[in-house]
Amino acid sequence: MNNWLNIITANAFMPIQGTEIAGKVDNFYAFLLISSLISSIILIGGMAAFVVQYKRKSATDKTAYITHNTMLEFTWSFIPFVIMMVIFYWGKVIFNELRSMPDSASAEEIHVVGVQWAWNFKYKNGIKQYTKDNDPNKQVMVVPLNKPVKLVMTSNDVIHSFYIPGFRNKQDVIPGRYTSLWFKADKPGEYQVFCTEYCGLQHSQMPATIIVKPEAEYTAWLDSNKPSMAASGDGGMNEMANKGLEIYENKCRSCHSIDGTKIVGPTWKGLYGAKREFESGAPVDADENYLKESILNPAAKIVKGYPAAMPPYAGQLSDDEITQLIEYMKVVK
Amino acid sequence: MSQVQSTTQTTTGHDNYLNHEKGLWSWLSTVDHKRIAIMYLISILTFFLVGGIFALLVRGALFNAKPEDKFWSYITPDVYNQFMSYHGIIMVFMVIVPGIPAVFGNFLLPVMLGAKDVAFPRLNLASYYVYLAGAALAVGTLFVGKIDTGWTFYTPYSIKTSTSVVMAVLAAFTMGMASILTGLNFIVTTHKLRAPGQTMNKIPLFVWAIYATSIIQILATPVLGITLLLISAERLLGVGIFDPNLGGDPVLFQHFFWFYSHPAVYIMILPAMGIISELISTFSRKTIFGYTAIAYSSLAIAAVSFLVWGHHMFVSGQSEFAGVLFSIITMLVGVPTAIKLFNWISTMYKGSVRLDAPMLYAIGFLFLFTIGGLTGVWLASTGMDVHFHDTYFVVAHFHYVMVGGVLMAFTGGIFYWFPKMFGKMTSDTLGRISWVFVFTGFNVTFFPQFILGAMGMPRRYFEYHPAYEPLNQISTVGSWLIGFGFLVALVAIIQGLVAGEKAGANPWGSKTLEWQTSSPPPHDNFPITPTVTAGPYEYR
Repeated sequence: MNNWLNIITANAFMPIQGTEIAGKVDNFYAFLLISSLISSIILIGGMAAFVVQYKRKSATDKTAYITHNTMLEFTWSFIPFVIMMVIFYWGKVIFNELRSMPDSASAEEIHVVGVQWAWNFKYKNGIKQYTKDNDPNKQVMVVPLNKPVKLVMTSNDVIHSFYIPGFRNKQDVIPGRYTSLWFKADKPGEYQVFCTEYCGLQHSQMPATIIVKPEAEYTAWLDSNKPSMAASGDGGMNEMANKGLEIYENKCRSCHSIDGTKIVGPTWKGLYGAKREFESGAPVDADENYLKESILNPAAKIVKGYPAAMPPYAGQLSDDEITQLIEYMKVVK
Repeated sequence: MSQVQSTTQTTTGHDNYLNHEKGLWSWLSTVDHKRIAIMYLISILTFFLVGGIFALLVRGALFNAKPEDKFWSYITPDVYNQFMSYHGIIMVFMVIVPGIPAVFGNFLLPVMLGAKDVAFPRLNLASYYVYLAGAALAVGTLFVGKIDTGWTFYTPYSIKTSTSVVMAVLAAFTMGMASILTGLNFIVTTHKLRAPGQTMNKIPLFVWAIYATSIIQILATPVLGITLLLISAERLLGVGIFDPNLGGDPVLFQHFFWFYSHPAVYIMILPAMGIISELISTFSRKTIFGYTAIAYSSLAIAAVSFLVWGHHMFVSGQSEFAGVLFSIITMLVGVPTAIKLFNWISTMYKGSVRLDAPMLYAIGFLFLFTIGGLTGVWLASTGMDVHFHDTYFVVAHFHYVMVGGVLMAFTGGIFYWFPKMFGKMTSDTLGRISWVFVFTGFNVTFFPQFILGAMGMPRRYFEYHPAYEPLNQISTVGSWLIGFGFLVALVAIIQGLVAGEKAGANPWGSKTLEWQTSSPPPHDNFPITPTVTAGPYEYR
């Protein structure tokens, strides 16, 4: 259970590495550690040497009158500058990799909802809650080995933050919008999840576990835990999208087609991930946040060539329903 | 050498600011910057004691991982969250932000400039009472509703919690007001009241540091004030600015908050750096190396500090591009900071170094600030910060800077200027003993927290994974050592006040202007306005 924290196998107190990127972070960490040690030895060692060497002998000691040395000062400004630029760039490369989301087709998408004070993990096939030992406080997310997993995250109340030390990754989870985080676990096992944004009384009481299983075992797990009444996986449909379809039939279909024809509003066919151009403002990719905004507050961005006719749905759809609707849009291709 | 045309060397029986007027009212209604400084000193030390007790309680509660093992069953998660919040709010808004400018800035800035007082003495007294009113509001929340948001007041939690957020943010708002008034006063004083002959490149580096700090204070603090009022408006009137349910944006608060609170970090550290420049030069009997570089690096830090707030938000959901941009700008702060460290250490080269208590504190500052600064570079790097953000690594880093930096300098400053303030010496032995405990205790407390952070322990946790317990226990023991060290320092101060040896005008053999007048200084600081013909560090 505690092997994620096994400091004997870990690299200089870092948790075990659960992803390839974790290894890259740890190499960077080693560089920072060594370069900082060298800098400390120069600075603190120099200071200690001067204290000993130039100890006061009498109250009237004459000292050297050295006001400055331009060359020396330039050197000790320039060298740290270069080192810091290296650190900046190295960090940026890792950061870009941590934040470059895999495309939806190749990744396994799992929804994460933070609440005071637990994590809820929702799978597209309808699995809503899976716990260890039937203990509601031991939320578990099961993920496939060696396959990119993308978490689409939001919060029901205050800001939380989803942190997996073994993957060296974290992302704040914010009410009213979606954030995402991805990883590709390359070692089976259990990984601890913490909330790292202070969220009140039980902030320290929302641990969860990620269990990494080989893909075949993962698929078997998905099937055996699927709710019995859930829809089958035909035509790319899934349980969440199925719920979204019901909402679509009731509320959206009179204005939005799913086959590319233009009714009143833009069609949903191929909408998710497409570049949208507006009557005013810069174009954006139709991601979860754009779609959610367009449902709740359609007037914010009017698609070029369409009337500003849609009423706002704020207050009429729950966050869960909006997520389901977006899941449905994803399968309308 | 600071050439002072006339110096008085009278006995402590002479007319000085302490005995110039008598009675409590003469203190409460004084416009003498030195008396105001002493009142600030008493207030701030009191709040420091309170904030320190909260720190010890927090560390005590973290000695054990599981709630059932905690040392005091009174400390439940909500009580822990309150203790953690009060520790932060008191130490940041009531001790470290006002600390050095209000105490040493007030006492020394006019004297170092050869002035009779600050430019606006009444405003100075007003700022003290505004500060006190803010502090009273903050302490008042202890009796009405408490506060559990942490010192950061992050929305939407601060909108939703049932504790006295409005009162607490109004407290911070009020104290911010005092901070603005003080900053304004110091800027005008520095520009308009310098002694004849004292050009800007002849003012002591402490004044430069306070000057740079004051610029940040008057430019950044209003943003905090507005933000805190917006929180109040949202809580009281339901205006939707930060709460997504009302159409607001919770991350916007973080942008506003850090737009002040990052520069505020430099409001805290720049004055400390000013003290260190004075201490290192005096106790090395040597002219400061790179006066111009140190002076201008303070201004550079002040300027760049406004452009780095997003480095607190790499994982907040701000854009990846913004994260990268804030990361590279943050690296630029590292350069002037490194320059200062190199300059101080070079000042000791070929000097005549004496390790009296104030210098020990300065050496402690250099040691701890080096570690705090270097780990700051780690955190400024996006790829590394994603792992460290909101873990104990960050807690260790900012305590190395705020306690290892600011409080070491503050304590060093007290021992250094005590003879000037009160005309008496403190016991050097007690001063050194306090340093040994504070310095050792500090490292025992906070170094393990770097390791805890690397291991992934999140901050603001009441209950934690048992694997983190051994290092937490070391850390808690360290906090007792720090507490004992500061207690010894307090004893040294009281002993000095009661039975301290009489101090001469210039016991440390320093060259700056404040040492050229008697100890304690007369009511008007100098009998005759001094004329300055040379720089402040002319040890030849």
